[in-house]
Amino acid sequence: MLDGLLDNPVLTQAVPEATLETLQMVGLSALITAVVGLPLGLLLHAVAPNGLRPLRAVRGPVGLVVNLGRSLPFIILAIALLPFTRAVVGTSLGWQAAVVPLSIGAIPFFARLVETAVREVDPGKVEAAQVMGSSRARVLLQVLVREALPSIVAGFTATVIALVAYSAMAGAIGGGGLGFLAISYGYQRFDTTVMVVCVVVIVVVVQAFQVVGDAVARRLDHR
Amino acid sequence: MIELSGLRKVYPAAAGDVVALDGIDLVVERGAVHGIVGRSGAGKSTLVRCLTGLERPTSGSVTVDGRVISALPEARLREARRAMGMVFQHVNLLDSRSVAANVAFPLEVAGVPRRRRAERVAELLELVGLGDRGTAYPAQLSGGQRQRVGIARALATEPAVLLCDEPTSALDSATTRQILGLVRDLRDRLGITVVIITHEMGVVREVCDSVTLLEHGRVVQSGRLDDVVTQAGSPLSNALIPVPDVPQDEARRLVEVTYATRTVPTHRALAAVAALGEEVDVVAGTIETLAGLRLGRLQLDLPHRRVAPALAALRDAGLDAREVA
Ligand SMILES: Nc1ncnc2c1ncn2[C@@H]1O[C@H](COP(=O)(O)OP(=O)(O)OP(=O)(O)O)[C@@H](O)[C@H]1O
Ligand SMILES: [Mg+2]
Repeated sequence: MLDGLLDNPVLTQAVPEATLETLQMVGLSALITAVVGLPLGLLLHAVAPNGLRPLRAVRGPVGLVVNLGRSLPFIILAIALLPFTRAVVGTSLGWQAAVVPLSIGAIPFFARLVETAVREVDPGKVEAAQVMGSSRARVLLQVLVREALPSIVAGFTATVIALVAYSAMAGAIGGGGLGFLAISYGYQRFDTTVMVVCVVVIVVVVQAFQVVGDAVARRLDHR
Repeated sequence: MIELSGLRKVYPAAAGDVVALDGIDLVVERGAVHGIVGRSGAGKSTLVRCLTGLERPTSGSVTVDGRVISALPEARLREARRAMGMVFQHVNLLDSRSVAANVAFPLEVAGVPRRRRAERVAELLELVGLGDRGTAYPAQLSGGQRQRVGIARALATEPAVLLCDEPTSALDSATTRQILGLVRDLRDRLGITVVIITHEMGVVREVCDSVTLLEHGRVVQSGRLDDVVTQAGSPLSNALIPVPDVPQDEARRLVEVTYATRTVPTHRALAAVAALGEEVDVVAGTIETLAGLRLGRLQLDLPHRRVAPALAALRDAGLDAREVA
């Protein structure tokens, strides 16, 4: 049985390649999501009615765009973005192309999680920092972000795991990676073995992200 | 040191504006420990928030340590706040920072260099008796210890004014004593001016030199502790020196006698009461030492017809006497 598995070129070559593609796709998307989503989430909180700098004119439109991004099913978002992806990456195929819809889908998701995490910080802590003469930037970074960091990390873990799931869907429309492999062999060629192996690898990847994310969050949490 | 004049704060609300402070005039002397008491909703927290500039007065002015807080622009306000330290009911320490890092926070804000910061933090933790807990996190401390860290943090930048909003209401009585002892000690050693918001008269009795009673955003009574307690029948005097409740009897009347030993010694007060004769009985009373004064409040029970002559006789003896409604 094991020999059969190891002799199968799809399993020994295509699966590791696809795994690498998935990891690259998820990794780069996660990076972009963090870089854009974190400030966006902080902005959402800061301009809220009881935030650091309430701004109705910003809150409304930004909130609307974020909700729009969150309400579209990923597969529809990815298809709708195809022309945009082609314009940015030059192609709509391959893992690099998949990064575009993945990031755009995950940014609003993560931004909301950041906003929620930051909103949970006790306003008394903010007040204490303000009484000590802190600037808004200091309150934002050293109080809000730092105190919410365990929750932000947990939110980021959830986002990365969602990205793994989305990446399988991105695979379905030509993005490559494990999702693409599972669909092209398992669904189109009825090769159950390949599909099962892909599923197992995805489960292991998700598990690994969860374990690492939990460990980091725990290390940061002193409550 | 602290001067409020005509301070008004109105919160606009859909269901009608809330007047939280309604024309407060108040002066707190340098080096005094001043208590602000009042029922829930009286405006106590709003008053401290105006002192720190967290809240802008609707009208009137707030002056702290020579600076008109109510008129400063945001940037100058941040600077002025460094002359104030604030202690909160719920302490509000940062959970992500160790005890030492919490105390260092205001020093970082003030731009104190790292080396100097570390020295100062060690000093402050020593001052509040937590010299060995610097590396602990707030979650690992007891409520009283956390409040002591809060005090150390408030004192970090050597403020001229320490503001405390209900600093002990989350603490048990022994811990409250300890914290208040620390506050008094700090005032004596550092000469800072302290404002303590509280709803516990025990706190006022324990540490305050002067006190203000707020009600519906107005000052009802204010003054040095020894003055307010000798204003017989005044709300603060009644609250600070409570006498046990006496069941009312339709046929008889209650007369209250108040004296301070600085004008009438106890033996003369008691002699004047005894001279009223057989039909007059002392039914409740308290004698205690407060603000360096020995004070007495006695309630006498007597028949209706004896009230007027008794009041006259007691007043002749230099006592403050009044019929209790
Ligand atoms: N941000 C606010 N918006 C609207 N109304 C407010 C606000 N803050 C306080 N108030 C109102 O102002 C009044 C005074 O409130 P404040 O918090 O100063 O009372 P307090 O004396 O501190 O009471 P407590 O002992 O319960 O803390 C209350 O009627 C309260 O509802
Ligand atoms: Mg209050």
